[in-house]
Amino acid sequence: MVATLINEQAEAVVYAPATGLLSYMWLLIAIPAVSALILLLAGKAANRWGHWLGVASVLASFVLGLTLFFQLRNLENRSVVENLYSFIPVGNLRVDFGLLFDPLAACFVLLITGVGFLIHLYATGYMAHDEGRRRFFGYFNLFIAAMLLLVLGNNYVMLYFGWEGVGLASYLLISFWYGRPAAATAGKKAFLMNRVGDAGLVLGIFLMFAWLGSTNYEVVFNNIGTLGSTTVLLIGLALLAGACGKSGQFPLQAWLPDAMEGPTPVSALIHAATMVTAGVYLIARSNPIFSENTTLQTVVVSVGAITLLLGCIIGTAKDDIKRVLAWSTVSQIGYMFLGVGLGGGAYALAIIHLLAHGFFKANMFLGAGSVMHGMNDQVDIRRFGGLYKYMRITWLTFMMGWLAIIGIPPLSGFFTKEPIIVAAFSRPGWTGWLFGLAALLGAGLTAFYMTRLFILTFHGPKRWTTAKEGLVDQHPHESPAVMTIPLILLALGSIVAGGLMVTSVPQWLEPVLGPETAEHPKIAHGALTALSLVLTVAGAGLAYALFRKGTALTPQPAGVLVTAARNNLYTDAFNEAVFEKPGNWLTRLLVFVDNKGVDGLVNGLAAAVGGGSGRLRRLQTGFVRSYALSMLVGGVLVLGAFLAVQLGWMG
Amino acid sequence: MSLSAYVPIVGLFALAGAFGLFSVAAAPFIGPRRFNKAKLDAYECGIEPTPQPVGGGRFPVKFYLTAMLFIVFDIEIIFLYPWAVSFNMLGVFGFVEMLLFIGTVFVAYAYVWRRGGLDWD
Amino acid sequence: MGDTISFPHLDYAALWPMLILFGAACVGVLVEAFVPKAWRNTVQLVLSLLAMGAALVMVIKRAAAGVTAANAHTASDAISIDKAGLFLQGALLVLGIVSLLLIGERTLETGGPFVAQAAITVGSEADRRQAARESGATEVYPLALFALAGMLLFVTANDLLVMFVALEVFSLPLYLLCALARRKRLLSQEAAVKYFLLGAFASAFFLFGVAMVYGFANAVDFNSIHANISTSDKPFALLLIGLAMLAIGLLFKVAAVPFHVWTPDVYQGAPTPVTAFMAACTKAAAFGGLARVLYVGFDRSNWNFTPVLGVIAVLTMLVGAVLAVTQTDLKRLLAYSSVANAGYLLVGVLGGGAAGLSSMLFYLVAYGFAIIAAFALLTLVRDADGEATHLSRWAGLGRRSPFFASVFTFLLLAFAGLPLTSGFTAKFAVFGAAIGGGQTWLVLFGVLSSIILAFPYLRVIVMMWLSEPGDTTPSVSIPGALTSAALMVGVLVTLLLGVAPSSLLDLANNAASFVR
Repeated sequence: MVATLINEQAEAVVYAPATGLLSYMWLLIAIPAVSALILLLAGKAANRWGHWLGVASVLASFVLGLTLFFQLRNLENRSVVENLYSFIPVGNLRVDFGLLFDPLAACFVLLITGVGFLIHLYATGYMAHDEGRRRFFGYFNLFIAAMLLLVLGNNYVMLYFGWEGVGLASYLLISFWYGRPAAATAGKKAFLMNRVGDAGLVLGIFLMFAWLGSTNYEVVFNNIGTLGSTTVLLIGLALLAGACGKSGQFPLQAWLPDAMEGPTPVSALIHAATMVTAGVYLIARSNPIFSENTTLQTVVVSVGAITLLLGCIIGTAKDDIKRVLAWSTVSQIGYMFLGVGLGGGAYALAIIHLLAHGFFKANMFLGAGSVMHGMNDQVDIRRFGGLYKYMRITWLTFMMGWLAIIGIPPLSGFFTKEPIIVAAFSRPGWTGWLFGLAALLGAGLTAFYMTRLFILTFHGPKRWTTAKEGLVDQHPHESPAVMTIPLILLALGSIVAGGLMVTSVPQWLEPVLGPETAEHPKIAHGALTALSLVLTVAGAGLAYALFRKGTALTPQPAGVLVTAARNNLYTDAFNEAVFEKPGNWLTRLLVFVDNKGVDGLVNGLAAAVGGGSGRLRRLQTGFVRSYALSMLVGGVLVLGAFLAVQLGWMG
Repeated sequence: MSLSAYVPIVGLFALAGAFGLFSVAAAPFIGPRRFNKAKLDAYECGIEPTPQPVGGGRFPVKFYLTAMLFIVFDIEIIFLYPWAVSFNMLGVFGFVEMLLFIGTVFVAYAYVWRRGGLDWD
Repeated sequence: MGDTISFPHLDYAALWPMLILFGAACVGVLVEAFVPKAWRNTVQLVLSLLAMGAALVMVIKRAAAGVTAANAHTASDAISIDKAGLFLQGALLVLGIVSLLLIGERTLETGGPFVAQAAITVGSEADRRQAARESGATEVYPLALFALAGMLLFVTANDLLVMFVALEVFSLPLYLLCALARRKRLLSQEAAVKYFLLGAFASAFFLFGVAMVYGFANAVDFNSIHANISTSDKPFALLLIGLAMLAIGLLFKVAAVPFHVWTPDVYQGAPTPVTAFMAACTKAAAFGGLARVLYVGFDRSNWNFTPVLGVIAVLTMLVGAVLAVTQTDLKRLLAYSSVANAGYLLVGVLGGGAAGLSSMLFYLVAYGFAIIAAFALLTLVRDADGEATHLSRWAGLGRRSPFFASVFTFLLLAFAGLPLTSGFTAKFAVFGAAIGGGQTWLVLFGVLSSIILAFPYLRVIVMMWLSEPGDTTPSVSIPGALTSAALMVGVLVTLLLGVAPSSLLDLANNAASFVR
């Protein structure tokens, strides 16, 4: 389908049909899905070998993904679609169960299956003593399959399927330890906040269908230029709501840190490396829509900038190792949103930051898991300290992640975060200064809180819990090889990924995201790099100076800002006031009207008319008449409405 | 589309409703409240109320059953009369239909008979 | 005198499904009269299933032979067995068969879910005797057959009077069925009385509407009404009042706000298998009738009823969803969810055109199977006092019986509209049809209400899986063959329609036309 395009620069999106090995791309999804099914249905018989099946299926998907990746490189078009079957053929509403394998999808497939495989491997060790291990791997495979469906679908409905699937897997895994009330509450919170976002996505999909008649990427992207700008803005905002929900962006960020109640491999895979980046994928995938409207882009950039600062500030005040990492995830995804919001060449920058982040954040989460493994599941960084002597591999690999995230050259974070800061400064007008400075400030804060985390955990005096305090004695030890090998591989990725990807991946993504654009930052490129490095070193140095002697074991009285940060900058209170309370009131009101109101009316009437409570009670033996009254009132209203509308309409 | 013809009717409705509301609403304010036994008793066509057992009083369900059976056959008769009058016009088709109708009623009758609906005790 | 009347031509091939059901119901009454007690249940069950199967075969045969505008009408145009009518008849029969399996279940408790003599005073000595010994009423089978036959007639009635008769024929047996619960008898009888009184009230509205429409159009059959709407010289208000009253009568049956008040009480009080039957079949029949009235009799070529019905749809979705949130009894929760689902169906109907009709047909089938399966599961979770439907009692059920809890979770996710379940495809179809019909605002509210509606389902799931089982957590009974079959069919169809809905969608698409 080729349509007239308003935007002359954009070329028509054309996907070739899949042939040869590429026509087996459905296997990418099918392998983990079948494995998940086996694991969940097999029962206790599979307890002994189940986890290895889970690992093997992801490895198989990875190998297949790699093969398909090389196949794709040889194609001229680099985008192939495969329609498996017609899913919903209702009149002019046609939705196919179709897959699309293009450079963007390929990147995500490799990230999901590659990092996914390493984390699966790690989890065989981490979950070794958990009685629900088979179930855990079943959910984990289910997640991989759904995530692959999300990135491989060739229309928004398929994307939505994957979207809901990863959501489901995420709730299941967050509440995996359902014995813990916090885990259950967190699972619920994640579900509810995601529903808000999902509603946005659904609306966006229906709006596309209403105005473009299709949800296929090909059709939507080729025709988006024919719509009015308000229409595009509406569709874009709806999609953005979905993206914010899934990626933990402002104002829907509250669920992500709470999701850390799940097992650590889950935090690493789902809530750091892959699922939470689905929002970034959605926006990058929909780049023709977002590039169409500048207001829309400004909104995305603002969301990114607000979230990245929010995450940094709150991360500074947290003492739970996984919470700090979670808020840092929120903040890093803020950087990615900043990137996709800037548009043009920055789309690709956001994607490489996403890929690099996948490595170093997974690395650090697994490192945190390794620390907890050796410290009786202690998560409070005030009770760590001096661990570098006891867990050398964890320490070294975590250090690589730390250096990568704060952006020390030549580790990967430097190559991927730096260009986003430069791109922010390149935004025309005063907003370039605003967003550029926000990104720069974020870099300094990131250096501060990540250094604090690193120093307090691995260096300084020991502050472990002891039997004397009535707590357990700590005997830190290094984790088994099955856990440290993934750590080492991910650390290697954290070191080299950025440098390797910084030019190759944007070129590879060109067919999807458009060519690189020349940057003209407000400050010279070199000066900007130097400035951000200085800020980083300053932040890290300050944290080192403050925390090398350790820290107090209990929360200290603090000023307004720190208290606010400890309370998540009161965003939870905000959510409660804006969403929860009015919802409760509405419910109460409706219940009142439905059960009491009508009766009350009748009671009141009866009291006024009849008088005498004894008689009143005799009148109150049943409720049928109040039901009948409500029907009568409803009937009169309907009748009146019919007459009013019709006679008004007829003139 | 002249709705104006209905205005008097609407007016009548309104008047009637207003009168009803007014009388009921005004009674407690205007009228004296003197309760006696007769006033609080159930109204049964002006005759002395039959003494009723405690709890509101119940009729044996058999009365209702008998009444319903009576109505069933009553209705049957109502159908049979016009059919008999115009039997010639309705012909064989009408005859068969009436047989089916009577058959259906007899199915119900058989059920009542076999399940003891005709026994008083 | 002496003239002959010309009799309507009866196309027996088209009427067979209804004739079979009515005939079988009469035979069923005779079985009650003459077959010994011990045999009755088996005989009745087999008879009913055979009759429904035979009726279904007749429906399929007619569908295979092809329905055209020429052969759709019969009995002087009083009945119109067109494609949509045939689809609805088929759907009603299939759903009826599945819910009859639940009604026929006798292994879950002694004597089954029905009481033998509902008239015996609750709590009396005689009542205790019959509760302990007597097997349940087998009259439920002929009653269900009568109701189903009435529904088949209702969805094909092409004439307001025939429609009214059919409405009464399927309503009266349902009132009786509601009163027959073995456990919680007072609740059940109260529900039946409420349903009866309010149903009579709604019927009166309907009948008065018929009179009004007749006053305007000088006819009660849809073809003439449609033809006379533009030519009649009577005040237009007559027609409007008439249609509004017809709509009220029908909206009562579909449980749309503000005519939904009976739903929770009746769903809760009625024996669960009957609730399943009502939730699946009554809804299908009522929507079939409503769609026919709106599409055939009063189609909107020269005027517009969408705004009012649209507001009702929105209210229905929102009120159903919000009130479902606070429910603590599962049957009431499902009742309010059924109210909200009526709203989604109305959205489909208002989408208009073939797309709206086909999405409604698809939704009815998808929802029917899911809700029957859900109620089937409800009959299994029980303790010494019968079914344990209070939400708190389900705490920790996931630990006690993971299998049934998983099945129920799946069904709840389907109600919540999760992809790869029939709930998603059905909602997608109705919302898509509404978008196609230019009713985007309805879809906005639909999506909003479906978010709200996800909460109560989630609460149940959380309750089942994330709470510790308490002392009062009931056990899950091993289902008998009939319940297992109903449950399995319901769950499989829910999954199948979620994964590969295209065949049924095609069928619904082809069937989406009424013949005027």
